[in-house]
Amino acid sequence: MYGFEALTFNIHGGFLEAIVRGHRSGLLSTADYNNLCQCETLDDIKMHLSATEYGPYLQNEPSPLHTTTIVEKCTLKLVDDYKNMLCQATEPLSTFLEYITYGHMIDNVVLIVTGTLHERDVQELLEKCHPLGMFDSIATLAVAQNMRELYRLVLVDTPLAPYFSECITSEDLDDMNIEIMRNTLYKAYLEDFYRFCQKLGGATAEIMSDLLAFEADRRAVNITINSIGTELTRDDRRKLYSNFGLLYPYGHEELAVCEDIDQVRAVMEKYPPYQSIFAKLSYGESQMLDKAFYEEEVKRLCLAFEQQFHYAVFFAYMRLREQEIRNLMWISECVAQNQKSRVHDSVVFIF
Amino acid sequence: MSAMMAYSSSWSRALVAISPYTFSAVGIAVAIGVSVLGAAWGIYITGSSLIGAAIKAPRITSKNLISVIFCEAVAIYGVIVAIILQTKLESVPTKSIYEPESLRAGYAIFASGLIVGFANLVCGLCVGIIGSSCALSDAQNSSLFVKILVIEIFGSALGLFGVIVGIIMSAQATWPAK
Repeated sequence: MYGFEALTFNIHGGFLEAIVRGHRSGLLSTADYNNLCQCETLDDIKMHLSATEYGPYLQNEPSPLHTTTIVEKCTLKLVDDYKNMLCQATEPLSTFLEYITYGHMIDNVVLIVTGTLHERDVQELLEKCHPLGMFDSIATLAVAQNMRELYRLVLVDTPLAPYFSECITSEDLDDMNIEIMRNTLYKAYLEDFYRFCQKLGGATAEIMSDLLAFEADRRAVNITINSIGTELTRDDRRKLYSNFGLLYPYGHEELAVCEDIDQVRAVMEKYPPYQSIFAKLSYGESQMLDKAFYEEEVKRLCLAFEQQFHYAVFFAYMRLREQEIRNLMWISECVAQNQKSRVHDSVVFIF
Repeated sequence: MSAMMAYSSSWSRALVAISPYTFSAVGIAVAIGVSVLGAAWGIYITGSSLIGAAIKAPRITSKNLISVIFCEAVAIYGVIVAIILQTKLESVPTKSIYEPESLRAGYAIFASGLIVGFANLVCGLCVGIIGSSCALSDAQNSSLFVKILVIEIFGSALGLFGVIVGIIMSAQATWPAK
């Protein structure tokens, strides 16, 4: 019952909630980011990070560092935290934690299939996969020729199996179809996650609904903008939008017929939460849209920590860590390429 | 015996036929049993958050034991009142068990037990939930501890109210003279 979760939440979830809040206090602060932005070389970055929680992961790296190494090791920390929490969780928290990683699984599947299409080596692709989204038979994806085989050989055993019912066709895999497959899978995943959270009820349902609705709306806008000028028909585009969120259903109908960014802006400005995002961009500009969406997402994720006794703090922590790793990647790239003036273009401060 | 009661309601005849000793005993059981339930509930709510938060911030452990002590105090109130109530329980001669004065004494002890038990149940829950939030906030920002402790002190006053009213109730539990 909503409001009385405080009475029984701590039986199964109290310890892990306290642990995840402890992890949250280890996220990089503004002072840390200021130090990092003033670094001259990647070794300076490694030295500054050694004072933070990433220290043990980076200290054994040999001196000519690459940005990919830094990002890889920092991702390892996220994976370790996640696995610690997952192995101590009971139902339904363990299912909730697993749901968080299905997005990465989808990205990994698409990465390997695309890479195979472009004749890359499977081992090389496996190294680029996100560790949170690995599953056992992932290397077999390289063998599949079309979607039916993909499903039958590999994906039927994974948690992604139920999301495939909408996109099994006998068409061969090419770039366009793979993108459509990615978006269809992600749509099914978001809807499934949303239903699961609604079933959990209480504060979890309320906070996760808000976060997932924002995610669904953001993907709808990105799909619209990315498919302007491509061969994707309006009906196909309409089918890729999720059936929940602030934009459902009227915003989706308007977005489906948009042909350029200004039309998208006109549609989004009817919704007050998104009006503030689009107000930051001047006309015709879309590069800053990603950063504006990230900033809004970080704001909402931080608000999830304001309430106690619900599961959305786990989701929020994972997303905030991922944002932090994105920040570190951007800073490392700027430092490595000597473009420090552009550092603040894409760093989203969390605190 | 039931000359004063209405004959039309069979419930009233049934309730009045229950011995006042039963009511007293149940009251004493509720006083201690439900108080301890509240205290235990509060302690585990605080304890699980405290242990998890202390992994990242070990300094919070000693201060936040105060929350556990407040919850424990609730159980002690229950024990004290149960002991007081059981000293009030006297035997009366068989002919006067169902006299109005005996019934009144039995009901007084029962009510006292209920008051104390349930006031301590919610007090223990309240203090436990606040204690959990206190531990988590202290781990992030140590200046918050004292402020949240003030909220806990107000919460623990609820148990005290229950004890006071319960003791006043039981003071009027006078059984008829032998």
